[in-house]
Amino acid sequence: MTDNGGQTVRKLWTPFNVIVGIILLVGGVLTLMRFTQGIGAVTNLDNNNPWGVWIGFDLLCGVALAAGGYVTSAACYIFGLKRYHSAVRPAILTAFLGYALVVLALHYDVGRPWRLPYPIFVSQGTSSLLFEVGLCVFLYLTVLFIEFTPAAFEWLGLKKIRAVVVKLTLILTIFGVVLSTLHQSSLGALFMIAPSKLHPLWYSNYLPVYFFISSMFAGMSMVIFESTLAHRYLSRHMDDTHHGQAFGVAMGFAKAAAFVMVGYLSVKLVGIAIDGHWQYLTTGWGMWYLVEVIGCVALPAVLFAMGVREKNLTFVRWAAAWTVFGIVLNRLNISMIAFNYHLPSDQRYFPSIMEIGTSVFIVTLGIVIYRFVTTRMPVLHEHPDYPAH
Amino acid sequence: MNTLFFTLHDFMVHTKGVTYLIMGGILVALPLFWWFLTERDDEN
Repeated sequence: MTDNGGQTVRKLWTPFNVIVGIILLVGGVLTLMRFTQGIGAVTNLDNNNPWGVWIGFDLLCGVALAAGGYVTSAACYIFGLKRYHSAVRPAILTAFLGYALVVLALHYDVGRPWRLPYPIFVSQGTSSLLFEVGLCVFLYLTVLFIEFTPAAFEWLGLKKIRAVVVKLTLILTIFGVVLSTLHQSSLGALFMIAPSKLHPLWYSNYLPVYFFISSMFAGMSMVIFESTLAHRYLSRHMDDTHHGQAFGVAMGFAKAAAFVMVGYLSVKLVGIAIDGHWQYLTTGWGMWYLVEVIGCVALPAVLFAMGVREKNLTFVRWAAAWTVFGIVLNRLNISMIAFNYHLPSDQRYFPSIMEIGTSVFIVTLGIVIYRFVTTRMPVLHEHPDYPAH
Repeated sequence: MNTLFFTLHDFMVHTKGVTYLIMGGILVALPLFWWFLTERDDEN
């Protein structure tokens, strides 16, 4: 008993657990400060910059990177590409956690979080894009929750209710694609309200199109990136099917992502041309724009293509991580860096250490829940008692 | 690229003209890129 006890204590004090424990502890203190002393006590937000890193990173990046859920389930259940089946559950789980954490982050960011349900149930602002985003996120989070429940029901041994939910798979997938199309694009459209605040290179009438198209390859890259991490750290929870399909999933998604990225670059080019914004490309902001568009979209697209041609998984995995970084950079550029670009530097926004700490806390919470779920429920492997659906 | 435009019509003609040319380039480039992506699929 003493040995087992000692072993348990040793297992508890792993570097991962210690780091995560510290982050969660600090996050708990920051949460307490936020909800007892108000937003002003922990953020650098002001009237010029009412949206900071909690919107720019937690919400915009969270929603974009959670797009793997609708992309993977559409590929598998709508287009009938069953070779991607093993990627569906991890992608749905990532998407569900992504959206759940977006809603959690919103509780920190809005002034009166207890009124978050108001736009849905009390006062519907039907002419507002924010209402559409809010409604879609609310509905899609519900859809993702239902889509993930079969894994939980298999874990709990609830066969009958699992059978009922499995029959809803196709309709839930269609619903998920429709809702994602709506709110991924609407998040971009939100910034069309501020033509004088967003730098002309990032501002465009095509912003909703940019956001929607980029969400597709963000989702595919995130599935590859997450699969890379899962193979490295959670490999023992994977079955032979998952191991066997991983290469094909990565190559298929890499091919699709590369093509969509080139399509995205084409639309960006058309956006610059139709607005006649070529002259900005030679300025400092133009250089930064090219870093984003060429450095973090065109080059990873080429790396994806090289990886597909050479059947090189390392190329594909690096390209996926690079693309995920590029999406984060794009969303931060639009919401923070190129936003209010005309203000003097002393009025520009930079997140406080406590804002960044809260974002790190929320991401860490997601990782911990993902690990908790995948080590218990049939996510990275199929349950032996249930047929694949 | 700092072309001087006197009317909105001038501006639209110019930007739309450039856009059409770019679209032509894209119509050629996208199939070529697809061919580059899938060229070796047939070998397997």
